[in-house]
Amino acid sequence: MSARDLLPLILVLAVLAALPFLGLSGSALNFLVTTLIIALAGLGWNVLGGFGGQYSFGHAAFFGTGAYATAVLQMKFGWNAWGALGAGIGLGALVGLAIGYLSFRAGLRGSYFALVTLAFAEVFRILANTADITGGAAGLLLPLRPGVASLQFADRRLFYLLVLAFVGVALLASRWLERSRFGAHLIAVRENEEAARALGVDALSVKLRAIALSAAITAAAGGLYVQYFLYLDAGVAYGTWISVEALLAPIVGGIGTAFGPLVGALALQGLGEVTKHLAGGIPGVDLVVFGACLIAVIAFAPQGLLGLRRRRRTVPVGA
Amino acid sequence: MLAVDSLTKRFQGLVAVDRASLGVPAGSITGLIGPNGAGKTTLFGMISGFLPPSEGRVLFEGEDVTAEAPHLRARRGIARTFQIVQPFAGLTVAENIAVGAYLRHPRRADAVAKAREVGLRVGLGDQLDKPASDLTVAGRKRLEVARALATEPRLLLLDEVLAGLNPSEIRDILPVVRAIRDGGVTILMIEHIMQAVMTLCEEVFVLAQGKMIASGPPRQVCADPHVIEAYLGKGAAARMKAEEIAHA
Repeated sequence: MSARDLLPLILVLAVLAALPFLGLSGSALNFLVTTLIIALAGLGWNVLGGFGGQYSFGHAAFFGTGAYATAVLQMKFGWNAWGALGAGIGLGALVGLAIGYLSFRAGLRGSYFALVTLAFAEVFRILANTADITGGAAGLLLPLRPGVASLQFADRRLFYLLVLAFVGVALLASRWLERSRFGAHLIAVRENEEAARALGVDALSVKLRAIALSAAITAAAGGLYVQYFLYLDAGVAYGTWISVEALLAPIVGGIGTAFGPLVGALALQGLGEVTKHLAGGIPGVDLVVFGACLIAVIAFAPQGLLGLRRRRRTVPVGA
Repeated sequence: MLAVDSLTKRFQGLVAVDRASLGVPAGSITGLIGPNGAGKTTLFGMISGFLPPSEGRVLFEGEDVTAEAPHLRARRGIARTFQIVQPFAGLTVAENIAVGAYLRHPRRADAVAKAREVGLRVGLGDQLDKPASDLTVAGRKRLEVARALATEPRLLLLDEVLAGLNPSEIRDILPVVRAIRDGGVTILMIEHIMQAVMTLCEEVFVLAQGKMIASGPPRQVCADPHVIEAYLGKGAAARMKAEEIAHA
């Protein structure tokens, strides 16, 4: 990758890194951390769904695995928080490989693949809700232990920067996908799997590597989530909410682009926050707005918000 | 270079290809012709690894590749085009070709350079940065060839690259095919356009109803009564012979 490829990335990260030092309120910082965690989960989804064209409805399976592994390894096995987070990411990738192996080997695509991933996430949710090791329906409460070793910071800005660092790595990985042989193969499989195979692309292996990377990034989001909120139950970890957030952000922001998930997460979460403010106490009103946004984006801007900008620059032939 | 040894493909009860054999010598342009539904594309599918044969073997440079997946055959040096063109519609022409070029050039800069060079060679030079979906039918056929060629194959399987083109477009693409062969790539082509087969191919195999019914130099094959009957129906050869005598 050349310096020119990396410049926008560095600029965006620099601006985001400066944000919390502008005297934001606690709730504003809270909002930013949540948004970045969702953006990270979306960046993970985008690797498989955006670049690879394999739409998962069950990225909660990876988010939850990362979250539970991070929490359980600390609480029940006395692991260090950093080690637990690392293991959570690795375990997420393994779960991704397993789900990918089962569904891609069977040749599942499109809505069939989406349904299978949804089913896996639901199975995990139900299991986590009953198993002892996950705390069952009561969930897990991570003990408060501020300190770098336990990955809990008294100053929330530090945690924000940590999440931002993860987002930076995920953005770098996405950028690399846009510029590498592996990325080209992945996009080729998305566009036309038969043709890709004829050109020497091992479609199964490409998809498996993509789902492992995708799951690892989303698992990192899960691990960071539990480190921030210090509480986890099956509905949070494996609930459909995160599967939906993880796919909405890239679709709204710009599917299959490096910055799409980040832009989408900021736009959607910001919009949700504003609606909650304006509509007052109507529960779930932000979800209604999300739904309306999704319909609007798919109908009028299938390339997402970033696509709108690009379309203005190059008018397609025949338009 | 390529030897196909009594390949058979059954789809349930239907025998699409029935113990068909053919050989392609290195450095040649060999044709595969036959009426619609004869099983030509099915045979291609088995040679390139997309369809597992029910019986028979495929040998590439003396090695049995019958059970190998398509991407492994591509790495060995077998490339194919599709009769129904399969562009990566969301990508530009150059990006399409680069996917093929990445097979031998892992670095992006090398792959892109190779893609541009191949694009130029097949006559897509001024359209490299267009979206592939903007190409005309003739352009898409060229793109199919370019992508396959970018994998730097030793054997190129062309599945009706001339179909759907008008006569002037055909005239333009014939030298491209010949230049590919002169560049050291052996070619096996399925073609319907007899004029092209006559001018390009050194040897032709004729498939009819799944069976290989004739082979030889194009002129000889076209005069073969079996071949005439396969195309025009039973008794056609005799009728034509009689007409010829009557005219004489």
